[in-house]
Amino acid sequence: MFGLNAKDTRFLLIVVFLTLATPILLQPFPESSSLAQFNAGYPDLMQKFAIFGIFAIGFNILFGLTGYLSFGHAAFLGVGSYTVVWMYKLLSYNILPGLVLSIIISALFALVIGFISLRRSGIYFSILTLAFAQMSYNLAYSVLTPITNGETGLQVYTNDPQVLMGANSPTSPHLFGLVMRESVQVDMGGWLFTFNIGYYFCAIIAILAFYISLRIFRSPFGMMLRAIKTNQTRMNYTGLNSRPYTLAAFVISGMYAGLAGGLLAAMDPLAGAERMQWTASGEVVLMTILGGAGTLMGPVLGAGFIKYCENIFSKINDGILHSWFAFLPDGIENFLVTLVHPFVGKGWHLTLGILFMLVVIFLPGGLVEGFQRISRLFRSKRVKDGPRRKDPEHHPKSAPHVAE
Amino acid sequence: MTNSNLTRRGVLKTGAVTGAGLALPTIFTSRASAFTNEPTGSTVTFGFNVPQTGPYAEEGLDELRAQELAVEHLNGMGDGGMLQTFSSKTLDGTGILGKKVQFVTGDTQTKSDAARAAAKSMIEKDGVVMINGGSSSGVAVAVQGLCQEAGIIFMAGLTHSNDTTGKDRKKNGFRHFFNAYMSGAALAPVLEKAYGTDRRAYHLTADYTWGYTQQESIQASTEALGWQTVNNVLTPVGAGDFSSYITPVLQSGADVLILNHYGGDMVNSLTQAVQFGLRDKQVNGKQFEIVVPLYSELMAEGAGDNIKGVYGSMNWNWQLQDPGTKAFVKSFGERYGRPPSNSAHTCYVQTLLYADAVARAGSFNPCAVAEALEGFEFDGMGNGPTTYRAEDHQCFKDVLVMKGAENPTTKFDVLEVVEVTPRAQVEYAPDHPMFGGAEASLGECNDGA
Repeated sequence: MFGLNAKDTRFLLIVVFLTLATPILLQPFPESSSLAQFNAGYPDLMQKFAIFGIFAIGFNILFGLTGYLSFGHAAFLGVGSYTVVWMYKLLSYNILPGLVLSIIISALFALVIGFISLRRSGIYFSILTLAFAQMSYNLAYSVLTPITNGETGLQVYTNDPQVLMGANSPTSPHLFGLVMRESVQVDMGGWLFTFNIGYYFCAIIAILAFYISLRIFRSPFGMMLRAIKTNQTRMNYTGLNSRPYTLAAFVISGMYAGLAGGLLAAMDPLAGAERMQWTASGEVVLMTILGGAGTLMGPVLGAGFIKYCENIFSKINDGILHSWFAFLPDGIENFLVTLVHPFVGKGWHLTLGILFMLVVIFLPGGLVEGFQRISRLFRSKRVKDGPRRKDPEHHPKSAPHVAE
Repeated sequence: MTNSNLTRRGVLKTGAVTGAGLALPTIFTSRASAFTNEPTGSTVTFGFNVPQTGPYAEEGLDELRAQELAVEHLNGMGDGGMLQTFSSKTLDGTGILGKKVQFVTGDTQTKSDAARAAAKSMIEKDGVVMINGGSSSGVAVAVQGLCQEAGIIFMAGLTHSNDTTGKDRKKNGFRHFFNAYMSGAALAPVLEKAYGTDRRAYHLTADYTWGYTQQESIQASTEALGWQTVNNVLTPVGAGDFSSYITPVLQSGADVLILNHYGGDMVNSLTQAVQFGLRDKQVNGKQFEIVVPLYSELMAEGAGDNIKGVYGSMNWNWQLQDPGTKAFVKSFGERYGRPPSNSAHTCYVQTLLYADAVARAGSFNPCAVAEALEGFEFDGMGNGPTTYRAEDHQCFKDVLVMKGAENPTTKFDVLEVVEVTPRAQVEYAPDHPMFGGAEASLGECNDGA
């Protein structure tokens, strides 16, 4: 279906199901239990999962396929956000014009930056993109204050033109009247599920983005990109000019980033300069590597993982720790709290850092490799025939499925 | 390569399934509530959104301490702190409207995005009725906008930019802290007395919104004295090395350097200016002087000896001798073994003010609370008689002019109070051009219903 083979179709359907069921899957604990702290099914975080998923999927088209490590993708994220907020200010709160324009503008941006940066490869390329992103950040932070409103961030004021704004138009981002912020809460025997319009909008776009990326992975174009990653010099010797391909990949991933930035502003009508800072660029690199660069699902998993840590672990404070260990004698309780304290609350970076190290050392293929190992463990148990089940005659293996 | 088998039936089927999936959530009805996060149980939750990581983490930590203390006092634990001296007596230490106060915390990271994400998670996940704290104007403006949209009350923490209650003012947002204009207005008479009316000032300004408003305010008040402004140079935030900015100061013929910096930037620029020997120089026949418009205890600590004799302003200081300050310093000191900073004071006071407004309004509805806070006059909170002005939700109270102490005895009294500038002197019209002019408006109250 959809121009995919059976395996990919099944994979896509699983992704669609997971995405649509996210509000339920992320609320595994009832509200009253003490584990409700770990529930992540609230609109803002779910939106972030979908949006940063898109961001990472796009980044992976460049990094995973061509091997070009861009440290400047946050610039496109910021450009997308500013575009959408400006559309709010000039036209109305309808998110559609802004989103379309954010993709176009970030594509133009990516074309310029890519055209210059792609003259070099390897570390020089990374440094060039980083320089461009930091330049954009500093411009947005102070120099271009009239356009970006500097440190405070661009937001909509009541005296903005908003020429398309009718008398009864919603006063927060909406898609033809469907207000992004609105959600439906369902209380089911202690479990509280929040179905948010904004999340479902992001989710549908994320599925589309995922589908497009799947098609790119499977296309001759994708094959060409992988060839560039494997050995660009050899490609050049065969008389093939690889730069148009890398530039196309760069622009496509820039468009993904612009779309993600636009969606951030579509969910929350504010664009801040920090979105362009190098830490934001680094974050998407982390997401992709953590999840598994070059795989389809990996970056999405990585994005979810990092956003979960950032939003859930950072909120565990000493008070909550004490309530967890309250059943223990005082001395042990305090000891345990002191032990856990550096890793939660403001120390969530530490937890993330340790997890990142563990993943890089033990699972170089990212979280996806972890899942593969687990599934292989189960699969190999089923085929227990003979002492040497691991192919004693060394038959040639087919290339691993890239979606796995 | 592509094997497209897109059939009409296939498309229709998929469309129908997707449509059904999307329509599914809408058949449920939402839970009815009169306003956002109406507390229905026996508890009410506050959200304390402070920087726990990043450049202002220390400040955030102190705010958090004060807020925890405020919650204890509201719930009747501890010695009650400022509740004993607060002029309004509706709070009796049994929580608010019979509900016990709980709190959740978030990390703003001093970034607008992260702060909004933290605030959103507190609103959507933890059901907070108000958000308090923060240590940057950019963050304050961003979170204030969010709270306005979400329909809860925002009590700004340390935010000194004119914009917070100027062009970015919001009906659901309140600021207890003073602002850049007030700093300028309070400092000017002291500077006049100390340095005379014939001075040439050179500004180094942090290159972002707060820096601009701070510089604008202090330039206006010093020029009103008759001072000349030689130059205003914007410096990047977090520059670390300011030597290239300080070297041209002496050649410019200026005899006062005004550092519109905050936090680590101020510590670095002041230290370097002193190391360059600026304060030992004679220019135009006068002693060269340095002024730092906005002080905080942590900055003063960081700058060490360099701060001696340097003038600046503060919202509040623990060395004041009124009963409210004494009660607060006592309970804070007993609990944490150190005096509170002025941002801690603001956050503490705002928690109590919010609680009191709820108690007086008899409801947690943000519109009722906002109404109770607007025009509210109170005393006993360490700043003397104070008013929450209804037009822009800015608190008006006395402002402290501080000076780096010549002989500090501990690391906590490196600043000394020079003058308590009376409130009348720092007041301004709500439609002052520095505060967005006539166009700025609070907008409508939003309770999220």
